[in-house]
Amino acid sequence: MASNAAEVWQDARVVETIPLTPRIRRIVLEPPLPIPVAPGSHVDVRVHIQHAIDRRSYSVVDASRDGTRVAISVFDSAASRGGAAFMHGLEPGDHVEITQPLLSFPLRIGAPRYLLLAGGIGITALAGMATTLSAVGADYRLVYAGRAREGMAYLDELSQQHGDRLETRISDEGSPLAVAELVATVDESTELYMCGPIRLMDAVRRAWIERELPLPNLRFETFGNSGWFEAQEFVVRIPAQGIEVAVQADQTMLEALEAAGADMMFDCRKGECGLCEVRILALDGVIDHRDVFYSRRQQNAATKMCCCVSRAVTSTDAAAATVAGSRPARVAIDVS
Amino acid sequence: MMIQTTVNKVLDHPLNAWYVAAWDHEVTRTILARTIAGRPLAIYRTEDGRPVALADACWHRLAPLSLGKLVGKEDIQCPYHGIRYNSAGRCVSMPAQETINPSATVASFPVVERYRYLWVWLGDATLADPSTIPDMHQMTDPEWAGDGLTIYAPCNYQLVLDNLMDLTHEEFVHISSIGQDELSESDFVTSHTDTTVTVERWMLDIEPPPFWRKNMRDKFPGFEGRVDRWQIIHFEAPSTICIDVGVAKAGTGAPDGDRSQGVNGYVMNTITPETAKTCHYFWSFQRNYRLDSQLITTQLRSGVYNVFGEDEAMLTAQQAAIDANPDYEFYSLNIDAGGMWVRRIIERMLEAEGRLPAVPVAAG
Repeated sequence: MASNAAEVWQDARVVETIPLTPRIRRIVLEPPLPIPVAPGSHVDVRVHIQHAIDRRSYSVVDASRDGTRVAISVFDSAASRGGAAFMHGLEPGDHVEITQPLLSFPLRIGAPRYLLLAGGIGITALAGMATTLSAVGADYRLVYAGRAREGMAYLDELSQQHGDRLETRISDEGSPLAVAELVATVDESTELYMCGPIRLMDAVRRAWIERELPLPNLRFETFGNSGWFEAQEFVVRIPAQGIEVAVQADQTMLEALEAAGADMMFDCRKGECGLCEVRILALDGVIDHRDVFYSRRQQNAATKMCCCVSRAVTSTDAAAATVAGSRPARVAIDVS
Repeated sequence: MMIQTTVNKVLDHPLNAWYVAAWDHEVTRTILARTIAGRPLAIYRTEDGRPVALADACWHRLAPLSLGKLVGKEDIQCPYHGIRYNSAGRCVSMPAQETINPSATVASFPVVERYRYLWVWLGDATLADPSTIPDMHQMTDPEWAGDGLTIYAPCNYQLVLDNLMDLTHEEFVHISSIGQDELSESDFVTSHTDTTVTVERWMLDIEPPPFWRKNMRDKFPGFEGRVDRWQIIHFEAPSTICIDVGVAKAGTGAPDGDRSQGVNGYVMNTITPETAKTCHYFWSFQRNYRLDSQLITTQLRSGVYNVFGEDEAMLTAQQAAIDANPDYEFYSLNIDAGGMWVRRIIERMLEAEGRLPAVPVAAG
């Protein structure tokens, strides 16, 4: 099912918050209007960042049967735009506004074989699916990739729960994920569900297409917050409206344009629907396309971009891009 | 919460259950639009014959897929903007873009083809165990023959279950065919488990009503005389009722298990809620004698069709009266024991799904 229902915002109580890794906290919420949580669901949370209110999506990692307790896990990454800091500051007894569990990454029951692929914090979207597949006796593998063991949430629990069905790929331990090899183990009737950084998902997608596996069997979820490059400040201009605004590293282009008074059209805010498309008139730098709306061909053409997630960066060389004092990238656009 | 009493006039329907969506012959390469348990469905077969039930609303703007067309081996195409889905409900092509939005799916519900019906599960798919499909084996068992039809009944499905669980109404509603005074005069025995209810009634040494005299003569040409008649009602949750019915020459041992001197039928009923006030009532009459006679199959189907027409008229009028008297409650009779156990079982299923409404508060 697509987004399964109209959003029902409610005031949930924080009942538990514990660190899982140095940068990931598990936060358990009690929504006043509980509903059973389907695997693949997320909740949207109103987060307070300085004086503004924004929303963030967090996958439901696990939940009580009736949905009265819903656990999420929040990664405070270097690229976080402030939502994670707010979430990490929550304490038991606090209240936050959340939606009911929303389902835009549904797990289909009944496939002959499953491969669940998690990169880092992406495990939060797949842990519940693995639990469900285990409960129904499905044929599944859970591949969990990360840089270092100490940064990978839920490893022990998943190992206990899934035994040999859990396979870890840990770069620091000399066993990094080899995407082509992994995809080579997949057959036509396997459904692959993945969540992780954009580089990982793109590599899987390319290997999938190369093997001519059925595209509808490749399932993924992205909240549009992972890029090819580290986010940096850049400048966007809408010459037709006389608008010029700096997009801060912790802000999206869409947010900056809205704040500057542009009347922007958008919907999903996660780089899926294409409604926030803007036309690129001039570019000093390169585009970090973070959407899944454009094909690779369209992204390479760099004539359009999804301003809800994609950014401009100074250089494709991330190291050079962060040299202090370098001039920010600039992009001139036209909007609908 | 313990259920204290069973007072709801009509009931919601459990979602974690198998419901019949269609007869086998209704599911084809032409899309069937039908609402099952409140959910509009687009039902069809793939080219290799697999049945499919998708939510009948395109992900994009909710246009009914059932107005679209089947394309390729298993896909359905929305009639509005041409978005295509496969049998799993996954979008396989989107107009005017080179990629597919990963969120673009429509629900594909678990389906099983069994006992000449297509069964669909609309609740939690992880609980959809085909072994819990009610036993209707007489529909396809080579020892039995028969056929049936569907009634579109403008009433809550629970009213049909009530009707079938207490057959004393035959004496009043079906006077010309199967009704007789002995029905309400005879005693009955009710029993139940967590998911089933059985009501057994025997009428010994009676004159057979016209329907049964005809059936006896099909097996025993020229039959005259009195019979022992039985009705054994088997309910299986949430809404299937198979009724073992028949008569045998009086005193030949039918109550003790020897039915050789009689005729035996099974009235197969399975009721699928459509909305709160409408249902699809799938029925068939199966028999275990003269299996090769298509004439008898057609006669029995016509006969039962006429009988059930009388029920339909009563159920329609009853729902209308319930709606017209919202402040009046139901009262129960001793004969309602079977139907009340059915209601108790369904209420417990609803409670387990967290969907049992609170006991209504009296007006005023």
